[in-house]
Amino acid sequence: MAEAELANTRSEAIVPDIQNPIVTVSNLSLYYGETQALFDIDLQIPEHRVTALIGPSGCGKSTLLRCMNRLNDLIDSVRIEGVVEIDNDDIYGPGYDVISLRRQVGMVFQKSNPFPKSIYENLVYGLRIAGENRRAMLDEVVERSLQAAALWDEVKDRLDDSALGLSGGQQQRLCIARAIAVEPSVILMDEPCSELDPIATGRIEETIEELKKQYTIVIVTHNMQQASRISDYTAFFYLGRLVEMAETSEMFTNPQLKQTEDYVTGRFG
Amino acid sequence: MKNLLNRGPSAHVWKTGVPFIWLTGSALALCLLMVIGLVALVLYHGTGFFWPSDIEVVVLKDGRTAMGQRWDKQEIPTSNRTGSGQFRIQLKVGNRDVYGSDFQWIDESDIQSTDYPRDAVVFERREWGNFYGFIEALYEGETRMSNTWDVLQAQLDETRERHEQIREIEKDAIGDLNRQIESLRLKKREIELGGGEADEIDAIDRESRSYWKAYEQLADELAQLRSANEIYRVDVRLIGGEIRQIATADVVRAYRPNQLGILGKTSVYCERIGEFLFDEPRESNTEGGVFPAIFGTVLMVFLMSLAAVPFGILAALYLREYARQGTLVRVIRIAVNNLAGVPSIVFGMFGLGFFVYGIGGSIDQLFFPEVLPTPTYGTGGILWASLTLALLTVPVMIVSSEEALSAVPSDVRAGSLALGATKLQTILRVVLPGALPGILTGIILVIARGAGEVAPLMITGVVKLAPSLPVDGIWPFFHLERKFMHLGFHIYDVGFQSPNVEAARPMVYTTTLLLMGIVLALNLVAILVRNRLRKRFGGATF
Repeated sequence: MAEAELANTRSEAIVPDIQNPIVTVSNLSLYYGETQALFDIDLQIPEHRVTALIGPSGCGKSTLLRCMNRLNDLIDSVRIEGVVEIDNDDIYGPGYDVISLRRQVGMVFQKSNPFPKSIYENLVYGLRIAGENRRAMLDEVVERSLQAAALWDEVKDRLDDSALGLSGGQQQRLCIARAIAVEPSVILMDEPCSELDPIATGRIEETIEELKKQYTIVIVTHNMQQASRISDYTAFFYLGRLVEMAETSEMFTNPQLKQTEDYVTGRFG
Repeated sequence: MKNLLNRGPSAHVWKTGVPFIWLTGSALALCLLMVIGLVALVLYHGTGFFWPSDIEVVVLKDGRTAMGQRWDKQEIPTSNRTGSGQFRIQLKVGNRDVYGSDFQWIDESDIQSTDYPRDAVVFERREWGNFYGFIEALYEGETRMSNTWDVLQAQLDETRERHEQIREIEKDAIGDLNRQIESLRLKKREIELGGGEADEIDAIDRESRSYWKAYEQLADELAQLRSANEIYRVDVRLIGGEIRQIATADVVRAYRPNQLGILGKTSVYCERIGEFLFDEPRESNTEGGVFPAIFGTVLMVFLMSLAAVPFGILAALYLREYARQGTLVRVIRIAVNNLAGVPSIVFGMFGLGFFVYGIGGSIDQLFFPEVLPTPTYGTGGILWASLTLALLTVPVMIVSSEEALSAVPSDVRAGSLALGATKLQTILRVVLPGALPGILTGIILVIARGAGEVAPLMITGVVKLAPSLPVDGIWPFFHLERKFMHLGFHIYDVGFQSPNVEAARPMVYTTTLLLMGIVLALNLVAILVRNRLRKRFGGATF
């Protein structure tokens, strides 16, 4: 199939009706300098569900993810058109407070990125920068978030040790715990398991399973099995466009488009 | 075709890479050897200087005699390629006021016999260097004393104590009076400049006269102490039989090395090292201690770090964290790197022109007009020297801080921002702690560079002999406009500018050893701090 032809012929993606969207993306286009990376994305993220973004490398899924907490602002050449609403607030609107947005929308990165501090200080970082310094409060948050990330039993006796001494999987779960310590409503995960072994991956997936009761999770993944295992909705991106979004079970068993089917069954990408 | 890549056994050796391993390994070994050789040379020459070696009495074949401590032994130079096979020894015969020079070369072939007389004495004098001889008699006034050695030591203790008193009076009491009189003079000048009242000037004159009276009293006291010291004298018989009289008050210390065992010699050795570290220099720096130079060096390095380190870190933060990375930043970075390579004397010239004459001159005009034309800040001083060196080392600090900052993964920054931190919070709480070990490496480089630099100091405030330390008990305690002494300059001065280079040469090695020790100690502190930080952060990258 000629890719250029596909990109030109169909601009309307197939999207499901979502009852209670927490994030709404409308007509979102993003440019890196002269290069357009996202084309007219329309997408809704349902609350308290796991939404997986899939697609071949370079299709813009990580870029889209970083639009949801405005982390793309760090790159000078980025230009954005369109609207991203979280809780019906336009996060790119004038006067919108980026700091409070990022407190509301947590993020877990592809490469685990603990700060060069103790485990404890990593976890309370978000609270400390918000001015919370009451010890009892911090202690409670540390335990709660570590429990939620299924890390408490492993590190409860060495909270003052450097976070850099943990194993890769533990570091990634620490980053998840750090993100939920500030109680965001949405957690963005950018290929959180791509650098982990299958066992560590399994533990993180269990954690995600637990977390979705309280949080809305958007996860970028290259792993079809992972998407089918943990997500409720799946969105398929190709060359900067949203191609199809559906409930995961339907997406993997009965996709609407031939292109989606080819991708999820591993025939290309 | 199949043999194209397989050209016999020699090709095989190249493929294994073994020659390259040898090449790299031997390059490292060569570097290490040179460093070890340097340190060993300095250690060998530097540590032996204070050891009280035995006094030799040499009788030559022609009947002449010489007495002194053996200093050196070398082959007699000859045009013959195989060498002469003849050696000569260098004796430190001392008694400069008698012989005219401290050293004497003697061909080994001329020596009839060598003897180590037990009662030969070394007198270390405050002036004119060592004196070697035998005690003939002691005098207290006109009285001739018996039981000479113990009495001499007692007299030495007594005169040394008086000497200390004299110095105390000269330095503290008289120095204090001088300052009072000088400040009165300046006050008077100020009033005169402002066209002040005549009775004010009279009051100042009266006060000034009372100080002069106090000064005369002190001068009397000094004269008494001096004359009390003058009654002790020693008759010393030289090896030739001639008898010379020296004043006991002039002797710092006397010992008989040939009678001392290892313990006794060690105690003299330690005493002399103590004097070296904690006393002031005498004999135009070739003897005595180097305490002012140690103090000046450490204080200068400290002030320099205080200026260079924060500036370097801030500049690096701007370049790395805030500035938009583009051509301009790249040009600045190249410029900074080049600045680190500018010859240090150029910085010295700049420091002289900008700090000393520019800023210092303006300060004098604004705040010390009554002292002019005598400059206060408008002349070289430890502050200007430190700032000049800070300027010299700040590029090093910027470059290494930038390295350290760029070694902090950008994901970590993004992680902090994603938690709702501002950029400033991210830098202060995540980036700087992560870069700290690397920044400390930068500080180590800055200290090493700064402590070893001499050329720019020579025109911005270092002197051969500073009358007082830049920090003392007189308000405001830090006198950063004062000139100072520096170990690096001390080495140059003692080694090449001293009137008695040969006698001073061991001092050069000792001072070098000390300078190396100080740089090492300063670095060690920084390294310890860095390792602690590394352990705390479980550091990976540095």
